[in-house]
Amino acid sequence: MNKTLLDKLTQRCYAMKLKALDMAFSTGTEGSHIGGAFSCMEILAALYETANVEDMSSPGRDRIILSKGHAVLAYYTALWQKGFLTEEQLAGFDQNGTGLYGHPHRNLQSGMEFTAGSLGLGLSYAVGVAMACKKRDIKNRIFVILGDGECDEGIVWESLMSIRNFELDNMTLIVDRNHYQLDGPTTEVMNLYSMDSKFRAFGFNVTTVNGHGIEALYDALQPKEGLNVIIADTVKAHGISFLANNKLAHHTSLTMKKYQQAVNDIKAAYGEL
Amino acid sequence: MENCNSKLLAMYGQSASMFGMALPELAAQREDIVVLAADQSVPAGLDKFKSLYPDRFFNVGIAEQNMIGIAAGLSDEGYLPVCVAQACFLTMRAYEPIRQYAGYMRKRMILVGLFSGFTTSLLGNTHYAKEDIALMRAIPGMRIVAPADAMEAVKCFESAVCSAIPVYIRLWGKTGTPIVYQSDYDYELGKAIRLREGKDIQLVATGSMVVQALEAAALLAEDGIEADVINMHTVKPLDASLLDKSKPVFAIEEHSVIGGLGDALNDIGVHARKIGIADSFGVVGKYGYLLEQNNLTGEKIKEHILKNLKI
Repeated sequence: MNKTLLDKLTQRCYAMKLKALDMAFSTGTEGSHIGGAFSCMEILAALYETANVEDMSSPGRDRIILSKGHAVLAYYTALWQKGFLTEEQLAGFDQNGTGLYGHPHRNLQSGMEFTAGSLGLGLSYAVGVAMACKKRDIKNRIFVILGDGECDEGIVWESLMSIRNFELDNMTLIVDRNHYQLDGPTTEVMNLYSMDSKFRAFGFNVTTVNGHGIEALYDALQPKEGLNVIIADTVKAHGISFLANNKLAHHTSLTMKKYQQAVNDIKAAYGEL
Repeated sequence: MENCNSKLLAMYGQSASMFGMALPELAAQREDIVVLAADQSVPAGLDKFKSLYPDRFFNVGIAEQNMIGIAAGLSDEGYLPVCVAQACFLTMRAYEPIRQYAGYMRKRMILVGLFSGFTTSLLGNTHYAKEDIALMRAIPGMRIVAPADAMEAVKCFESAVCSAIPVYIRLWGKTGTPIVYQSDYDYELGKAIRLREGKDIQLVATGSMVVQALEAAALLAEDGIEADVINMHTVKPLDASLLDKSKPVFAIEEHSVIGGLGDALNDIGVHARKIGIADSFGVVGKYGYLLEQNNLTGEKIKEHILKNLKI
């Protein structure tokens, strides 16, 4: 990756994170899903650089399906950076009657492919999309972002089984492995043990990368033969000192003091403080 | 479908008539039709379709939830998926994906539930579908159809293919189903049909119970009671145009008395006395025995009504 692109994506992530904190703060005591959004900021920044989603009305576009739909703070801000959503729209986040709430709702004009919320459903849906694209000889890619906690759901494994069976090599799966789910560490709540060997057993090539390394993510996202899953090792609420690797980060609110602390944490990490 | 031969269709039964005879004709005209099955294509009678259109058939294995998710993806990409599974597993195991896609997202798909009610007889309570109408009714925008015989199954399938909204088709019976319609007739999804006129009481039946309601009406006539018989093949949305509140109304269904046709009638202000499956997990047996046990044969329905009218 050349330095210009790396700088661009780094700046994109920085802007996404600051905007996400503004949005999280704006929800007041309602709170929002901060942890699982900050674990996939780099994933979404790199993915939106890789995927061809400029024209959402084109059947030939790549599909980005966010199955872990609660990561809206990363998703909406990535869509804002790509020009699908405006700052005014983001300002309406989680307000009464808004179109931008805690889980995304399909709206192609706004870049949103899939109505998420119920975990596991996105992968199954993506299987149908991938089958349809193959049937119509569309040479595109279908990307699905899953959480590691989400992989507890049985439908995920039904879907993996069918991806191999129907030979859907137009799909690329990305697991945001932040090692936490709502109740605590995944190893304590529901231990999947080796995720790698499970995916391999279902016929996938597994690439494990640092999920906060933009360059590594971008490289891993380049087209490859066969069925591919990228396991992105991440930190829940990455970059926020008092929430990182803390189970309370899953869905939480920010006081003014905490908000300022979080903003300072992010600014410091990007050398802006 | 051309050549609607009621005897031949009855011999095949509802699903084999739909999938073996109507579907291949429809698929020739409609290239968007694809079929997904959850390891039920053989009992459903899909073999002919599979051999004619191998690239339009997908067996998802014993995985009903995934079937509905895949159907949603195909639907968004312009296909019309027909999803086939046993009624109990389709509506219960995959309830949430159905609510999400057929309900909330209004994806066009046709859900076909095989072997509803007690059809699976000796397989027992795990395989009975007596809550499926209740579940599907609770989903906003869902259309629920329970055809009365094999010919009606073909007709409602043809209508469902033309319909732009999600449909759940509740099938019963295997091969050799009773005949309600001897010859071709006008069918419209969502429009109730009067099968018999009577001044004293009204019997509103759906699916397998239409033939039993007709038998009950014939028996009641011997006792001097004239029953109006309505085939309410579409349970949602409910067509109220033929309902007569001035008479005692009986709702008859091979479904739990909770949440089915009887409650649907009550919900629109028609006080229906409910004849259906009691709110319990009952004994297991052959199909005819189960209908007897649950007061769902023509004779038992007659007795129930006579007793009820005296109260």
